Amino acid sequence: MSVRSPNWVPYLQVAPLSLVFLVFLVVPILTIVVVSFFDYDSTRLLPDFVLTNYEELLSSSITWRTYGQTLEFALITWICTLLIGFTVAYFLAFHVRSTAWQTVLFLVCTIPFWTSNIIRMISWIPFLGRNGVLNTALQGAGVIDRPLEFLLFSDFAVVLAYVHLYTLFMVVPIFNSMMRIDRSLIEAAHDAGASGRQILWNVIIPLCKPGIAIGSIFVVTIVMGDFVTVRLMSGGQSASVGLMMINAMSLLQYPAAAANAVVLLILVLMTVALMIRVVDIRREL
Amino acid sequence: MRDGRRRPLSFYLLAGFFGLFVLFLYGPTSTIVLLSFQGPSGGLTFPMNGVSLHWFGNLFERQMVGDFAGSLQRSMLLGIVTMLVTVAVSFAAGLAFRKRFRGATLVFYLAIASLIVPSILISLGIGLLFRVLEWDPAWYSSAFGAHLSWTLPFGLLIMFAVFNRFSPSYEEAARDLGASPWQTIRHVVLPIVLPSLIGVGLFGFTLSYDEFARSLYTSGTFNTLPLEIYGMTTNVTTPVLYALGTVTTGVSFLVIALSLAAFVVIRRRRARFGSDAGRGV
Repeated sequence: MSVRSPNWVPYLQVAPLSLVFLVFLVVPILTIVVVSFFDYDSTRLLPDFVLTNYEELLSSSITWRTYGQTLEFALITWICTLLIGFTVAYFLAFHVRSTAWQTVLFLVCTIPFWTSNIIRMISWIPFLGRNGVLNTALQGAGVIDRPLEFLLFSDFAVVLAYVHLYTLFMVVPIFNSMMRIDRSLIEAAHDAGASGRQILWNVIIPLCKPGIAIGSIFVVTIVMGDFVTVRLMSGGQSASVGLMMINAMSLLQYPAAAANAVVLLILVLMTVALMIRVVDIRREL
Repeated sequence: MRDGRRRPLSFYLLAGFFGLFVLFLYGPTSTIVLLSFQGPSGGLTFPMNGVSLHWFGNLFERQMVGDFAGSLQRSMLLGIVTMLVTVAVSFAAGLAFRKRFRGATLVFYLAIASLIVPSILISLGIGLLFRVLEWDPAWYSSAFGAHLSWTLPFGLLIMFAVFNRFSPSYEEAARDLGASPWQTIRHVVLPIVLPSLIGVGLFGFTLSYDEFARSLYTSGTFNTLPLEIYGMTTNVTTPVLYALGTVTTGVSFLVIALSLAAFVVIRRRRARFGSDAGRGV
């Protein structure tokens, strides 16, 4: 486009970005892959090429159970955030009539996002705890006669925190897709006699696929790599792949952690590849 | 959509759902803001035992909690530098992507990869890299790079969105009037995209200020604020934790308010000085 600037200009412009990705993404990932084949003793890394880290990892039933639990968390969180996120985005895009109101309501949803995630997690403690707001209210109302114990420090709390933290990542891209839908398509479907449900299912949802895919990728990859939420919200009772890596790291078993990281990376990339097959994301940007 | 008609029942149902969602988002957070004003003998849950600023005072006593003031300072500084670098680098890269160049697709996919590879892997990788090279990780070197690997993809995607809507005719006009490429960027492109650059900066700051996983193995001896908060969640059981939450939330809001103010000022100036079309010279 810029006729006068010489050919090397774009390379110069993109150089800093590429350099950051090279040094702080590509090289570290390669380091993980290399270290995952290292040997180690209680104090040192021993450069070598051994497969023991992978053998130990993949032959342990704890590994499989932990991966299973991580995928389960990811799946449940995905379903919850998708249902809630889609409904919220649908309301904002199709039922709120003025742009001003859309902006205001949208801001209302995004503001909590600016608070630290960890703070937002611990904010559930006074709410769900044994003597928390919810238990007190339920007991006061006579619904239960002793505090519900499963609310805090449980799988329930973990998923609740995920939904609380990441539903917005679904709302934003789905809302974006919905706003691009040509309103005359919906009018046309309406005129052709489609019911509201048919319009939703045959017109809106197919056209929202890119947004759904982008939101899903965000939520699923974040949940699969998470360890903070699992540790804090389950009170140490649940495990996740991320947590397993952290524990290996704290025992200075770096190669073991690295092997785990490689397996997790492969799993994440496979999941994302699967989602991208459904929709060409690059075209949507 | 169908203006002038009565709102259907589904509107009220969905509005109710939206209301519940907002309550869900705000409820817990506002609880801890409230509880951070507990009296000195108050605990982690209701009821409130009086109202005081006791726990905020407690926050700044070094011996009670870790190094709150120091970590806040480091996180602010890191956030600000990350913000500035993110804006500059994303802007430059955004300009590059408007033209064709070899490797554009590769760089794009690297950016996407940087978003989807779990943060803990990046943290682990950089930590291991520094260990293998026998360098000491520090918040201003390795953690800074780790944060950039998180903020730059967002910056780049925002720049894509901006330049997709940017009409090249402004630049053509500038060129026809004899502006050099540099002058075109400085006096035409930059002022037009400035509000979006503020957005990129805001994203950069808050993402960095908040980043926990990518700081874990990269920040070295001195904690950043999220690490400090995390440390506190595992060993502090007093409302000082909530005071910390309230203060950091306050800082986030301050940053947003300042950015919005900058945004408004730019728009006002533009409304006043922006166009001299039709006024003659």
